[in-house]
Amino acid sequence: MRRVAGMLRPLYATPLAAAINLAALALLIWAAPPILDWAIFSAVWVGDDMDSCPPGSGACWAFIHAKMRLILFGRYIFDEQWRAVLATVLLSGLVALSLNPLFWRAWLAAAWICGLAAYAILMWGGIFGLVYIDSSYWGGLPLTVLLTIFGTGFGILAAIPLALGRFSRLPVFRAVATFYIELVRGVPLISVLFMASVLIPVILPQGFAPSGLARVLLGISFFIAAYMAEILRGGLQAIPAGQFEASRALGLSYFAMMTRVVLPQVFEIVLPPTVNLIIAALKGTSLVVIVSMLDLLGAAKAALADPKWIGYYVEAFVFAALIYAIMCGSIGWYGRRVEGKLRRARSQ
Amino acid sequence: MIDIIGRGRFGARFVSLTRRPGFTAQALLIVFLVIGGWLAIDSVSANLERLSVKSGYGFLFEEAQFELGESLIAFRAGDTYLRAFAAGISNTLKVAVLGIILSTMVGLVVALGQLSPSVVVAGACRMFVDSVRNVPLLLQLIFWQTFLTSGLPIVRNALSPVDGVYLTNRGLYLPAPVADPAHGSIGIALLVGAGLAALIWFAFRKGRLACLALILPPLAVFLLAGAPLAFEAPELKGFNFRGGVEISPEFAAMLLGLTIYTGAFNAEVIRAGILGVDKGQREAGAALGLTPWRIMRKIVLPQALRIILPSMTNSYLNLTKESSLAVAIGYPEVVRVSNIALFETGQAIECISIIMIVYLSLSLFTSAILNWLNARAQLVER
Repeated sequence: MRRVAGMLRPLYATPLAAAINLAALALLIWAAPPILDWAIFSAVWVGDDMDSCPPGSGACWAFIHAKMRLILFGRYIFDEQWRAVLATVLLSGLVALSLNPLFWRAWLAAAWICGLAAYAILMWGGIFGLVYIDSSYWGGLPLTVLLTIFGTGFGILAAIPLALGRFSRLPVFRAVATFYIELVRGVPLISVLFMASVLIPVILPQGFAPSGLARVLLGISFFIAAYMAEILRGGLQAIPAGQFEASRALGLSYFAMMTRVVLPQVFEIVLPPTVNLIIAALKGTSLVVIVSMLDLLGAAKAALADPKWIGYYVEAFVFAALIYAIMCGSIGWYGRRVEGKLRRARSQ
Repeated sequence: MIDIIGRGRFGARFVSLTRRPGFTAQALLIVFLVIGGWLAIDSVSANLERLSVKSGYGFLFEEAQFELGESLIAFRAGDTYLRAFAAGISNTLKVAVLGIILSTMVGLVVALGQLSPSVVVAGACRMFVDSVRNVPLLLQLIFWQTFLTSGLPIVRNALSPVDGVYLTNRGLYLPAPVADPAHGSIGIALLVGAGLAALIWFAFRKGRLACLALILPPLAVFLLAGAPLAFEAPELKGFNFRGGVEISPEFAAMLLGLTIYTGAFNAEVIRAGILGVDKGQREAGAALGLTPWRIMRKIVLPQALRIILPSMTNSYLNLTKESSLAVAIGYPEVVRVSNIALFETGQAIECISIIMIVYLSLSLFTSAILNWLNARAQLVER
């Protein structure tokens, strides 16, 4: 009883708070039933076309039910969609492992090599009796995950030399890195994507024509590299000067000092902002819709174009938003969990 | 050492340069960049020749053959591309400036809500922030645009929550003040008042007096002219509404999406700033017998401002850049104009470079203003 009273205490801490609470509760009680009624009680869950959702009924989840595979997988060949699921789960698992600095061992590198090979085999196919699926057919959630993970992955790889360049005492390196980072951070992602999808074919000599997916991935990676370089620079500045001096005193070369002593510490420090960057990248991948690719958002839009189902945009967007929110939320949650574990492990 | 060889002679300078650490690496980088750039230019010009696309910015003065739905700077098919870009930039600025103002207000309200003693309000605000921040802006924009164009009724059955306000699938129609000759002089009085207020503020640092100086002249002129304020409500004539202000669904969707999305981020920034103010300050205020509102207004917010401003700068810059997503929902801002121009002329490099230059200068301009504000807001120590 006392615990219940303790839980309720903040509800009436001051008269004003009590009044605001009552008003807010009243609003909630007034607003909740229609929303719940729409979303659950009057909703239609199964059906073949829009006739199963008569006007006046609630949410037409039957639409989502019918279009689920299209929204989740885009134009990926229907009977082979299990491959995309398996590949995406594999890739996400590898990333989840890699986000934990306690697992940064040789076996993780081996796991990445095997995992990437398996991923490529599953997604493309063409061997082991798997049907070949061109990357222009990839879509939906697997495409969103792919763009996020490889975009950030390549972005981080490209960010390392950029950050070292900006941190360097050599003026030419510093100038080149600073110019690139500030240029990219000053322009919107969409212009970088346009550049990647329109300019790359113009810049590359005739005969080199990377696929649409490769171009978009390149654009996203270039973009993320600039932001990640700034994060890494923050981490580099947080490393005590003694670490650099000690490495030099031991006679380590620049390369050995960075790869063996400095960067491992930097990557541990920058873990929280990196997790935020991954979340931003996940949301940013939705922009590929504008260069007409069918990622999760694009597939949801495509599902709306069916003349058999007209006007169920609220359901489609709520469904897509829910998936994005769950993914972003769980990445954030996982990041905080690893951070806590790491802090405990390091303080022992 | 340099002195022994003799300062000023080119050869000696070069020798001393080569002895600096990292000379070889830097020289290699320069050589690499020059060769890379040269190869790129070479293949670009070869490709452009093959595709028979012109190059250079000369196309800006040719006639553009498209219409923009709406723009601050009037634009019609047949005007130059330059004018089209100017119209696009004006539209970008319009949505960015309004978005910055509105999202700051939303952020402040939600941040205060999260910190309010009421758990219900705090929980609701927390939920708002968490859910909005985790859903891509583009999804929210497309949702609002779809809602405003197909969720709202057709013109004939317009939704009218308040008299004179009509919500339709072709746009939102609001009453507008009718133009009056006195409005010009009120505007001049407002300028005079602003000048006076600035003078009082910079010379005497009297905030309240400056506010009065700002408000009084236009108010006086307004009253002297006999309070000429009449609103003209939009009216249904034929197939559409006439009169009043029309807000296009695209612009409304853009503003709504940007305001809500950036507002949620701003709420987090402001909340962190308020929580960053030392608890002792609040307690000292309470010990002096100030009311909670006065503590917030006079003690906490001014100090929180110092913590908030740098992150807010970032947030405003993001909003300006994210206004480029308008291209997906058909609001004619600079990226959309450039996109149309790109497909009409095929001059991809020029069009994309214009977008980049516009956003780079906007970013530099915004951050210059906010850095100046930031420098003023920081505590001046002895």
